[in-house]
Amino acid sequence: MIDSLNPPTRRQLLTMIGKTGGAMALYQAMTVLGHAADSQFNGPPKLSGARPGSTVLVLGAGLAGMLAALELTKAGYKVQILEFQNRAGGRNYSVRGGDTITELGSTQQVQFAPGNYLNPGPWRIPYHHRTVLHYCKELGVELEHFAQLNHNAFIHRKDAYGGKPQRYRDLYVDFKGHVAELLSKSLNAGALDTAVTAEDKAKLFQAMREWGVLDKSMAYTKGMHVGEQRGWERAPGGGVNGAPIPGDVGTLSDTLSTKVWEQIGFYTEHVMQTTMFQPKGGMDHIGKAFAAKVGKLIRYNTKVTKIAQDDKGVSASWVDTKTGATGETHADWMVCTIPAPVLNQMDFQISETKKAAIRALPYGNSVKIGLEMKRRFWETDYAIYGGHSFTDQPIGLISYPTGNFFGDGPAVILGAYPFGIGAYMLAGMTPEKRIAAALDQGQVFHPAEYKSEFRSGATVAWSRMPWILGCCATWTEESREKHYQDLVAMEGRIVLAGEHCSYYGCWQEGALLSSLDAITRLHQRALAA
Amino acid sequence: MGSKHKFGLVGFAAMTALVAATCAKPGFAQDRPGPSGGDAAVAASGKEIFEQICQACHMPDAKGGGEPGARVPALAGNKNLANKDYPIIILLKGRGGMPWFTDILTKEQIAAVITYVRGHFNDYKDPVTVADIERIGVANPPVPDCNCGH
Repeated sequence: MIDSLNPPTRRQLLTMIGKTGGAMALYQAMTVLGHAADSQFNGPPKLSGARPGSTVLVLGAGLAGMLAALELTKAGYKVQILEFQNRAGGRNYSVRGGDTITELGSTQQVQFAPGNYLNPGPWRIPYHHRTVLHYCKELGVELEHFAQLNHNAFIHRKDAYGGKPQRYRDLYVDFKGHVAELLSKSLNAGALDTAVTAEDKAKLFQAMREWGVLDKSMAYTKGMHVGEQRGWERAPGGGVNGAPIPGDVGTLSDTLSTKVWEQIGFYTEHVMQTTMFQPKGGMDHIGKAFAAKVGKLIRYNTKVTKIAQDDKGVSASWVDTKTGATGETHADWMVCTIPAPVLNQMDFQISETKKAAIRALPYGNSVKIGLEMKRRFWETDYAIYGGHSFTDQPIGLISYPTGNFFGDGPAVILGAYPFGIGAYMLAGMTPEKRIAAALDQGQVFHPAEYKSEFRSGATVAWSRMPWILGCCATWTEESREKHYQDLVAMEGRIVLAGEHCSYYGCWQEGALLSSLDAITRLHQRALAA
Repeated sequence: MGSKHKFGLVGFAAMTALVAATCAKPGFAQDRPGPSGGDAAVAASGKEIFEQICQACHMPDAKGGGEPGARVPALAGNKNLANKDYPIIILLKGRGGMPWFTDILTKEQIAAVITYVRGHFNDYKDPVTVADIERIGVANPPVPDCNCGH
């Protein structure tokens, strides 16, 4: 209780608001107090008091399905999960040496050395994805840093700098230098005098000089101060030749030709900012940690063919893909996490509006290619420790591994991660041709080493993964407006969940937040029934 | 309850109004590679467009793949393609798991690839033209209802 003689502490105030106003009020209050501004997650849902004997059938053992099973079990429901694949995790997936990757039309045996892996699906966790981070902590998943922004990695464009990759650091410093010089020229010419006060004009001059590292005449030129940001022709040393020598700066035209503002903007996005995390040893440790809790509830190799409900309960008809046996599972309630490209082909007893929503939800395509190299030449020969080098070729980027810095022996570079055109181009190739294309394109960054150090490759084209036929949901503002609420609405005894039922599309955070919302509504309805 | 409590609730009402304003714009950004890769140039000929884009899902033989209930439909021997408006609508608007391709392909490329798929993997030899694409764009017909996986 609040002591009426003393001001309430922040915690007391929040507790009070939570009790009187419920979770959303608590969240709003926390937001204003600066706690939760970047997440809708307020902690696990703490459901309790399920009616004795109540049952829930969960379709899909990805993160959304397993979280639903975990929390509903805690609430007292008897839960069963049906899973099409022979493993849990869904898109939370890592491949290692000895694994088999089965796509439509091809099979690969992964040859990576022990300890190496590729995360074909999710691979990084922003600091504000509080739901993922919470359950990693609760389930004992060890997280490590994921290097996102690396100033020393490259940007390559065929039409910039004669196709020679440039360090992000150099381009970033050149870009702001030139922009600062131009703005200061405009200010000097009085071009902005109607837009800024004299006082702000003086401050802007100072800002442009310091931010752009301009010289005494307010020009962006080669010099020691620029060298302190951009690096050196000769780096600082000791003794006789200790003095550094600054390098040349890029011209305005060369700088603009790289479109480096796109990378600057990318790293400024809320979901792309540092700090990022990854599970140590592979993203699938999250799925495995959930499966350690709910794995005994999962029926694997079970292909659902029909979903029905009436006023008494739900049912799913299925085929066991190993034995051919058929069956029907009944329950009081259902959480369906089957991805839309598969769900839209199913015999699904649900309203036309929800069917329309499911059918209006195309999935984007993406490809990942892991290239195992004999040694970490990007570290030893280029001083690149994690982060991404971008290219306008179909591979999109290459990304350097964060784990096991300075390690000996083979390591896996992410050799491609495009969406869109680049992803279609690569996905249409056989895995062998995809890997060859990734080596051809990626060698622009490391020409001396890329092919000679290559050991083995593995790739996943999401459009050819037979259990999902795509990567993740593509919403537009128009389709959100028209269909989103229809998709997420609980209908009778069935509620959908997954990243496609969230505003965090393509992120695990979206899958988990969607699941928590879905089971909270399911529980409320079950108690009211 | 003392006066501090009342003050707290008044403050809370003000907070709620403030939050309502800032909650209006949820984050849309998905995990994605970032700038570049999506800029790659798609070829002009129908055959090359098919190879660069369509066969990612429909497979090189245009026979699709997967199993009943989780299928990518075949384009080869597909009777729906007899009416050329059908594939035009699908490419302009998407259908089921397949997205629209207006972000990626020009009208010329859409016409070329449909002409190729209808003529090469089927026996519908009448070409699809940019005028056909524009006609469908203006008419704006609904996406045909079908279970496209079957």
